[in-house]
Amino acid sequence: MLALMAPGLLFFAVFFYVPMLGNIVAFQDYQPFIGFKSSPWVGLANFQELFSDPAFWESVRNTLAFAALQLIFFFPAPLALALLINSLVSSRVKKFVQSVVYLPHFISWVLVVALFQQVLGGAGLISNFLRDHGLSALDVMTDPGTFPMLITAQVIWKDIGWGMIIYLAALANVDQSLYESAAVDGAGPWRRMWHVTLPAVRGVTIMLLVLRLGDVLSVGFEQFLLQRDAVGARASEVLDTYVYYHGVVYGDWGIGAVAGLVKGVVGALMIWGANRLAHAFGEQGVYSK
Amino acid sequence: MTIGLPLLKPRPADRRAAWEEPPTRLGSAAKAVVLTVIVAVMTLPFLVVLSTSLASREEVTAAGGYVLFPTEPTLQAYRTILSGGLVTRAVTVSVLITGIGTALSLLTTIALAYALSKRGVPGSRPVLLLVLFTLLFAPGMIPMYVLVKELGLLDSYWALILPGLVNAFNLVVMRAFFMNIPEELYHAARIDGAGDWRILTRIVLPLSKGVIAVVGLFYAVTYWNAFFNAMLYLNDSGKWPIQLLLRTYVVQNKQMAADQLGVAHLPPQQSISMAVVMLALIPILLLYPFLQKYFTKGVLTGAIKG
Repeated sequence: MLALMAPGLLFFAVFFYVPMLGNIVAFQDYQPFIGFKSSPWVGLANFQELFSDPAFWESVRNTLAFAALQLIFFFPAPLALALLINSLVSSRVKKFVQSVVYLPHFISWVLVVALFQQVLGGAGLISNFLRDHGLSALDVMTDPGTFPMLITAQVIWKDIGWGMIIYLAALANVDQSLYESAAVDGAGPWRRMWHVTLPAVRGVTIMLLVLRLGDVLSVGFEQFLLQRDAVGARASEVLDTYVYYHGVVYGDWGIGAVAGLVKGVVGALMIWGANRLAHAFGEQGVYSK
Repeated sequence: MTIGLPLLKPRPADRRAAWEEPPTRLGSAAKAVVLTVIVAVMTLPFLVVLSTSLASREEVTAAGGYVLFPTEPTLQAYRTILSGGLVTRAVTVSVLITGIGTALSLLTTIALAYALSKRGVPGSRPVLLLVLFTLLFAPGMIPMYVLVKELGLLDSYWALILPGLVNAFNLVVMRAFFMNIPEELYHAARIDGAGDWRILTRIVLPLSKGVIAVVGLFYAVTYWNAFFNAMLYLNDSGKWPIQLLLRTYVVQNKQMAADQLGVAHLPPQQSISMAVVMLALIPILLLYPFLQKYFTKGVLTGAIKG
């Protein structure tokens, strides 16, 4: 039994707990070519430098703004689609729509961005069509002003179906006789939705909302990394891309490590807090007590 | 996340219940329009890419870039990129990483999940907590890079496999499944003299084909789709997997030269780019029917019991 445990345990030790300790480079002026053993210790200087960097605060603001947009526009979308699909009578149509909307979840962000470019890009399908008809081309893939809308649309396109699975399961679980008795008592479709359907998804919705709030500092690293060149850092820098660019690309390893550490610690605290909140609502959250 | 919901089951019959109001014409029309728009928005990008990858030079030129309905579909773009140059190598790398990575991930995950699913294994409780903690806190990109560098794995394909070998969520799904196997089966096997290894290979694994398929597919999709780890750990562009190639030559729109592809004449650049997109997409499309069969199960059994 211990032999079965060993490889997995070794993995978590080496690729999780060792790098966690490796966060000590946050207190160093790390130089890759001399290694962390010989890099000079600088105490809290990296923290001071990070917190006085306007670009860092800009990435925090962007992260929170994108998270807020996702919460307002992306979060309710799967529930709305689940309600719509649940209201369909034909199970063949249901199955077909589900097959179509689940698919994008499984393709990579590189592919999603590539596909969006082909349709919405300056040389894309819609721009071509507009130019052929004497109109000006679309600029949404490179316009910093519309970037927040673009990334929200991409998230919805990719994951509306995936987010819907859990709601559909909850809806399928509703006792159909509740609808029948409500209808017999004179409740119309909207009142049935309000008094039967929505209470049935309340628990799941609160749980997902709390989880999302706990994970608010992660808005999707690859999506931003891939489109940062097109719209510029001011519009697209989020915490994760800040870590990558300032740490790895600009070679300011200590700063990158500090930013990553701050994000990790605050993120873990928020998930913990979110779970407390879930328990307070009588829901289970990610882990039970 | 304990979700005690049954899997999606259709209503008993594809009929409106007697107590339901007959649909209004406006309501049905609105639903039909909304669903058609959603399906169109979801599928149009795939159609554009597929059609353009099959279009001939004349058509691409005439259409000014994109072709929705190629009249004379040709596989020229695919033949070009698969004739042995840059793209062929990247596809080979991705296929090998996905195959070897998925196999190793599955073996490690099954072994650990099985050990953690049994009561009374010494040390299993602290190990489980150590695993669950990884769902809460990620070590961060910089320390991971430093680690991979110190291990001498930069520019090694192992850097694309080892850092993500076991996913704690997949482990938890698998453990939850193993825990649901009735205790009596184990007792019976023990009385018959079977050891841990025999119980695992003869009883547990045959009963767990479904969950192994789910977790295996999740791993395979993750390996196939990964691009940032290659960007971070591989400086040598000759070792790049398909996703990174896609980023450079399609998203960043760098042009591929004929000699990089190992051919003398190039089909239209647009068709080549779209064929590369299709190559990255095709394995997912091939796996998709299986994914769809199993993934709702995977999502809904994401049960963590402390």
